[in-house]
Amino acid sequence: MTTDDAPAIEVHGLTKRFGDRIAVNDVTFDVKRGEVFAFLGPNGSGKSTTIRMLCGILAPTEGTGRVLGYDIRTEQEYIKQNIGYMSQRFSLYEDLSVRENLEFYAGIYAVPRASLAARVTELIAMAGLQGREDQLTAHLSGGWKQRLALGCAIVHRPPLLFLDEPTAGVDPVSRREFWTMIHELAANGVTVFATTHYLDEAEHAARVAMIHGGVLTALATPADFKAHYLHGKLFAIRSADTLRTLAMLQQRTDLSDVSLYGDAIHVLMQTGDREDLESALRAAGITGATVEVIAPSLEDVFISLMKRP
Amino acid sequence: MSLARLWAIMRKELIQVRRDRITLALVVGVPVMELLMFGYALNAVTDHIATVVFDESSTASSRAFAQSFHNTDYFTIVRWTPSREDAMRAIDAGEAKVALIIPANFGDQVLGGRPATAQLIVDGSDPSVAQTAMFSGGLISQVQSGAVTVEALNRLGQSSNSRGGIDLRPVVLYNPRMLSVKFMVPALIGLVLQMQGVLLTALAVVRERERGTLEQLIVSPVKSGELMLGKILPNIVLCLFSTVMTLVIARVLFNVPVVGSTVELLLLTLPFLFGTLGIGLAISVVARNQAQALQMTMFTLLPSILLSGFLYAREGMPLIFQWISLAIPMTYYLQILRGVILKGVGIEVLWPQTLALTVFAVVVMGVSVTRFRKTIE
Ligand SMILES: Nc1ncnc2c1ncn2[C@@H]1O[C@H](COP(=O)(O)OP(=O)(O)O)[C@@H](O)[C@H]1O
Ligand SMILES: [Mg+2]
Repeated sequence: MTTDDAPAIEVHGLTKRFGDRIAVNDVTFDVKRGEVFAFLGPNGSGKSTTIRMLCGILAPTEGTGRVLGYDIRTEQEYIKQNIGYMSQRFSLYEDLSVRENLEFYAGIYAVPRASLAARVTELIAMAGLQGREDQLTAHLSGGWKQRLALGCAIVHRPPLLFLDEPTAGVDPVSRREFWTMIHELAANGVTVFATTHYLDEAEHAARVAMIHGGVLTALATPADFKAHYLHGKLFAIRSADTLRTLAMLQQRTDLSDVSLYGDAIHVLMQTGDREDLESALRAAGITGATVEVIAPSLEDVFISLMKRP
Repeated sequence: MSLARLWAIMRKELIQVRRDRITLALVVGVPVMELLMFGYALNAVTDHIATVVFDESSTASSRAFAQSFHNTDYFTIVRWTPSREDAMRAIDAGEAKVALIIPANFGDQVLGGRPATAQLIVDGSDPSVAQTAMFSGGLISQVQSGAVTVEALNRLGQSSNSRGGIDLRPVVLYNPRMLSVKFMVPALIGLVLQMQGVLLTALAVVRERERGTLEQLIVSPVKSGELMLGKILPNIVLCLFSTVMTLVIARVLFNVPVVGSTVELLLLTLPFLFGTLGIGLAISVVARNQAQALQMTMFTLLPSILLSGFLYAREGMPLIFQWISLAIPMTYYLQILRGVILKGVGIEVLWPQTLALTVFAVVVMGVSVTRFRKTIE
């Protein structure tokens, strides 16, 4: 099989059992070349297990898969040479300096000596670590470590990059910078497969697969998710007496999701309209309340999906 | 096998060793400390050894002989006892470390120009005391045998033309094998080496597992063979380094030089090292964290200390333990260490031990490598 025009990833019926626990259950999807693909799910939903199978370090119980055209069961050695992988905890050597970490991974991935120095300098610049080359990794903050870990993962210019919860435990500013770097890589043709349990983060992806309890529950673009997966309309209600309003709304059975976001209450209503809500509020003696239709975030979609039987 | 990858791993290991205080302490501190502690405990300055004398002869010659002990700095006569039993009780009670027993015929023998015999009873429970006592006691009686005889004969107006002399017969109580610095230092080198080799290797792998970097390596194209060699080779270098260091300490501080060839000793150390590092690798497959690795290492040290002949002679053990000791690499390595360092023999004598260690190394490495490969692939 030629590897260049094959999809970056294609899996069919991928399943992994640990004893009688099913960590990944009959998962099928594919990832196009150059795509940023997000795997979204809460803790323990099977994201890391899926990544490990794709990287060829964990044999699937059932199902088949190809990564860059290579079989995940038999051609792991080829897969390993052509992917970059950033594990859940940034796997850096804390007692090595920034430069030593990069040089070590460059050695491991057999980056030619001639281009090594230039590559290391380039990655240090990319991670914004100039001037800290000789600092021990242990002394870097979370954001720096994360960018260095990314640098180490792409030192050999892999066409496919696996990121397992790459932004866990990193401040919001660093998270944004990190995603900017990811988009730059994608613009240069790198395929990115990232797992996350941050819903807002999945919006950075071209397509999002939602996984829950090992089962792939939905796969679409973020826009499609918002357009099609939400059953009903989303409203934001603000009033002077938020708690009383909340109590009143929670009594109603036609609202499938009532939750507090800052000073606003978000409700999801299957049928009905803004006027219905306004008259109900008036009838309950709540005056001066405002009701507006809002665009759902992925989080709203996700919570609604998880509540469906 | 890619040399570039192997080199990358070795280089990283060496940088880490240099930066890690615990490892450095293990490589430099522990051997030095252990040698100093054991060595000095065994080699405590021994002079003015408490001595009792039972002088059954009670003659001028016997008193002069006993007094000559007191006149050196080595012995201090604390009491003259009325009986042999009383002298023994003094040793049992710890009142004295040494009893000088001069028999009734001592004076007559000396005067008659015939060999006289005296007995030096030594408490062997403190090897350094015992050694000093025997050594200096022997020296004193050699020097005195002439002097005492000549003086006694002169007093009688006779010329000394006889070949008499005093024969001091030492008897060592409690520790007849005289575990001494000379005997212990080579064993300590073996012990230090085993602890270091096992622990360094086990920790090098377990630490990566703990920190999650092992997973990163498993996802990379690194082969398990490269990873293992990359971790073992630097440790071999480190262990050889501390072997040389302990040999230097043994020579400078304890005056235990290598009688045989040092290079040969290092070569014969290699099969022991490979076996030891294999054990470390086996531990790293099982241990989940550094504390566990440390515990398991200590556990492997126990049989090496108790059964290998480190402390107790194997010949004195129950047969079953003698058999078990044949499966312990330290048993053979001790024979090599003592053989080369103390006796100056080499491979021509020690080849059976070397062969045994090589077999052990091949088996342990084989098993560990297979298990290790399974856990990371
Ligand atoms: N090696 C393993 N042995 C047994 N169970 C495992 C193993 N790895 C993961 N699991 C289980 O599989 C499920 C999915 O885990 P994981 O893929 O790590 O989830 P996520 O990465 O989404 O948080 C969890 O219930 C976890 O406990
Ligand atoms: Mg995970």
